Amino acid sequence: MATEQPDVDGGGAPVGRRVVLGLLGLGALGIVGGARLQDALSTALAPIETRDPTGLVGLLPLGNTFRYYSVTGGVDEQDAGDYRLAVSGLVAQPGRHTLADLQAMPQTELVRDFQCVTGWRVPDVPWAGVRLGHLLDLASPAPAATAVRLTSFDGTYTESLTLEQARRPDVLVALRMLDAPVTHDHGGPVRLYVAPMYGYKSLKWLSEIELTDEVVPGYWEDRGYSVDGWVGSSNGRRDDPTG
Amino acid sequence: MTRPADAPPAGPELPRFGRSARWVHGLVGALMVVCILTAAVLYNSSLQILVGHRRAVELVHVWCGFGLPVPLLAGLLSPGYRAELRRLNRFTPADWRWLRSRTRRDGRIPVGKFNAGQKLNGSLSTGAIGVLLMTGVVMLSTDLAPLGWRTGATLVHDWAALAVGLLVLGHLTFALRDPVALRSLRSGTVPRRWAELEHPAWAAEVERAQDGGDA
Repeated sequence: MATEQPDVDGGGAPVGRRVVLGLLGLGALGIVGGARLQDALSTALAPIETRDPTGLVGLLPLGNTFRYYSVTGGVDEQDAGDYRLAVSGLVAQPGRHTLADLQAMPQTELVRDFQCVTGWRVPDVPWAGVRLGHLLDLASPAPAATAVRLTSFDGTYTESLTLEQARRPDVLVALRMLDAPVTHDHGGPVRLYVAPMYGYKSLKWLSEIELTDEVVPGYWEDRGYSVDGWVGSSNGRRDDPTG
Repeated sequence: MTRPADAPPAGPELPRFGRSARWVHGLVGALMVVCILTAAVLYNSSLQILVGHRRAVELVHVWCGFGLPVPLLAGLLSPGYRAELRRLNRFTPADWRWLRSRTRRDGRIPVGKFNAGQKLNGSLSTGAIGVLLMTGVVMLSTDLAPLGWRTGATLVHDWAALAVGLLVLGHLTFALRDPVALRSLRSGTVPRRWAELEHPAWAAEVERAQDGGDA
């Protein structure tokens, strides 16, 4: 079929416009109905993703595995020998704990989900460490103290909890996660784990616990996140509670 | 020493891309590359560990994303650019044959200013930019959009981004294979011989117009 077409670009069907409008329509459908599809995909692929030796499945945009977030450039590693955790502020007994000190304290083990406020959730993560409440008791907070301010040795990140939240039995100064010492990329050697709250409350690379007379909003809280980051009832989300 | 071959005489050049088309292409391309690189850092754990600075990377990504449609819309002010869009929009029967053909490059199917693959790339890119923008806005509307929508928007945004990444990779592969086409997006012109080989129907059209103008 060799038809004469003097003006190849002049006529024809407006396929380009149809493609653009079709994609926009699909996108809108996906916004409204994609949540269900996401759940199905993530549940189906999570077991493969956690056991995938090639890491290729991790490149696909789905799945319930840890994603590593950091708000600074590279964080210098602190080795176990040099590590110190300061307890300061409105306390009678300021403290400076080594990793060995922390390891010698009573250890609490928890198996809880880790829920990120951006949507991903890692099921059944084993955690172990010292209850934050135990460290507070050792420091004897002054009567004026109502909150703790937590600082990361990345030099930028901070978090906060009320004293009541900090004393919950499921708030840990974690030394182990996933049945091994907390790795540097996960915030080791010592990080926080606030089981009932979204991941941004579980500060990584913990270096200081300061008792304050009011809650000082943390890094992401200055940028719009809820100060009381309960899983399922904050940040406009309704995930299953983890605490 | 063998006498080096003379550089081929510079043949006549045909005007291919006007200034507005070149600017729109360059700006959209630059914004797209920044969006893709920042997306890779936000998404890939190894890159995130390497680069960090999540907040800053996110801000660059979001604002370059919002910037993407600006040159596309500003281009509409230019009649020359609108003419290019009309050509990209229309699919002739020859375009469908070109897409189906295994020997599409042998020149037997008349190709106009854009071949069917270029037309498809144009509409897929435009549609994908629209989808990414739409889903991106929903993802950012933490106070307005219901959670289910934001989850859906995240899913669509992630997969659309993966598809766009592959599309851009393919686009760059074809571009790097053809230095003349690559150069034409800076200079705006192509040698007549190249045009007669790659886009014969368009070359004939331009020559007819030039002859008509000369007469």
